[in-house]
Amino acid sequence: MATVDMEKLNKVYENGFHAVKDFTLDVADGEFVVLVGPSGSGKTTALRMVAGLEDITSGTLRIGDKVVNDETPKERDIAMVFQNYALYPHMTVAENIGFALKLRKLPKAEIAAKVKETGEILGLTEWLDRKPSQLSGGQRQRVAMGRAIVRSPSVFLMDEPLSNLDAKLRVQMRAEVQRIQRRIGVATLYVTHDQVEAMTMGDRVAVLRSGQLEQVDHPQVLYDHPDNVFVAAFIGSPAMNLYESTMSDDAHTVKVGSQTLPLPDDVFAARPGLLRYGGKKVVLGVRPEHLPAAHDGSTGPTLVGNVDLVEALGSELVVHFTIDAPRVTPEGASTDDEDATAKAGEGVARVAPDTKAKVGERITFEVKTEGMQFFDMETDKAIWD
Amino acid sequence: MNRNRTGWHKVINGVNISGLFVVLFIVLPLYWLIITSFRNPSNLGSVQYWPNPWSGDNYAQAFKEYDFGSYFIHSVIVTLSATALVLIFGTMAGYALGRLPMRGKFTLMVTLLMISLFPEIAVIAPLYTLEKDLGWLDSYQGLIIPYTAFFLPFAIWILRNYMLGIPKEMEETSRIDGAGPIRTVWSIILPMALPGVFTAAIFTFTACWTEFLMALTFDINLKMIPVGIATFGTPNEVPFGTIFAASVVAVFPIGILVFIFRKFVISGLTSGAVKG
Repeated sequence: MATVDMEKLNKVYENGFHAVKDFTLDVADGEFVVLVGPSGSGKTTALRMVAGLEDITSGTLRIGDKVVNDETPKERDIAMVFQNYALYPHMTVAENIGFALKLRKLPKAEIAAKVKETGEILGLTEWLDRKPSQLSGGQRQRVAMGRAIVRSPSVFLMDEPLSNLDAKLRVQMRAEVQRIQRRIGVATLYVTHDQVEAMTMGDRVAVLRSGQLEQVDHPQVLYDHPDNVFVAAFIGSPAMNLYESTMSDDAHTVKVGSQTLPLPDDVFAARPGLLRYGGKKVVLGVRPEHLPAAHDGSTGPTLVGNVDLVEALGSELVVHFTIDAPRVTPEGASTDDEDATAKAGEGVARVAPDTKAKVGERITFEVKTEGMQFFDMETDKAIWD
Repeated sequence: MNRNRTGWHKVINGVNISGLFVVLFIVLPLYWLIITSFRNPSNLGSVQYWPNPWSGDNYAQAFKEYDFGSYFIHSVIVTLSATALVLIFGTMAGYALGRLPMRGKFTLMVTLLMISLFPEIAVIAPLYTLEKDLGWLDSYQGLIIPYTAFFLPFAIWILRNYMLGIPKEMEETSRIDGAGPIRTVWSIILPMALPGVFTAAIFTFTACWTEFLMALTFDINLKMIPVGIATFGTPNEVPFGTIFAASVVAVFPIGILVFIFRKFVISGLTSGAVKG
């Protein structure tokens, strides 16, 4: 049981590559913190620095009250689950789980008891005598977890532990991992590139880009109040619609392409800083669920788009549309494939299943003003005060 | 779909048939060797596809008349010692070259490859004088040491390729579990590299067991099997039956080794093809 305290951690490789920059993050005892970011964002490097598998170039790492910068992984008392599980193929499940205890020269009976208990927690009892090659992907994953929890470490580190599983099993194991983490109540750092995994699992989520911490907060806060364009675009699926737009001189309307949206007072009540942006360019963000189809009684601002594609999900329609405003896509927030297919001005809306939306026709959306996000065009920062 | 499938079957059948030819090419001489060794030494001139009657005379002659038993023991001592040394050094070198950060790895590997391709005949004369000066002629170490030196590079290559295929997370997990470097190599890496070790062992064993040139030059009185068989008979008489019987005995250990470890050898040879 311990806290993890990362203070201005830096990692510079011999070739000069600065992988992690001034990384500061605290993990409370028992807390589940997810590090999320696109590939190359430094999240795995940060985790490996905590594990002691990478040297810390500068900064301070504390586990509990102790500075552990120069301690070996063993001395740090951490446990880690790897993406490829790294089970010892020549050992049985029981031997795999008990290896760390054997190294600590615990009496055989005690090892056997602990292995048995861990097997019960993870539902592995009947597989304890098998070799890893005889197990399914999900079972192997659980053995990897078992090997980590059996010695009650003070910190639990996981590096994309679910990404080798198929989609259905991954959803099951998400809940399983959370259940186990709650049960053992140990500070946990969890790395993933999957923002859905991050949102569903983390007590708090830390978003990284290019080695830098962009924002860390509770998942809902990240979703509702992203600090910058990157976090706005990265968190959420389908992603937030982000358009380059221009504020009117009196800052009371915003022009998106050829369409002008009036901004009601409640927008300024929440974001008084917006008044200073009269005549300036801003990034306007609207999440797909804040773009319902307009109906007769709609009062708020509306947006008209051309329907490109309609995906019927049963509970809702996902409408892909195009408007004539330039779309903003921060680097790394989406995959290259997504970038290549995202045409200028493309957007996504989630509308009620009975909405009449046909490919090639025009559609009018109501823009929910409480869902409107504004970002500074220069700094990418959210505009609040 | 269906047509496509039969097309594939044709290709596979073609491969099978050509495989059969290869097998016949190797198996027929072996069959001839074994059959002939059991025939009566007095009528070897005639053609027989099956020994009639079966006779153990050739074997008896090899052991009684020619002291084949001691050749066999000499070969066992030299081969096992050299193989053991090759494995000890090869495993350590393979681990270092495959898994440790090291300067000049590439140069070292290329040098090793060049050494392993070097013809024995080029160095046999200087080695002879060296062994003579050391007083190693007709001794076990006179063969064990040069065999180890000659067959080590190839073993290092096999083992290094195998070590390369082991994911680095295995070592990291082991470190996090609390194992030191030596414990990690001994308990985790070595067991995982066992197929590679077996492959290297069989190759080294076979190479030492069948080596002729150095055995003839350095140990003409302390005969190894190949040299022993070569000196059977007299200038006027070649005892084919005895030679065949001795050859069967000589091939036997290799056959057994390959048969027992065939799975390992295949996985050992194909590793590194996919990863690393």
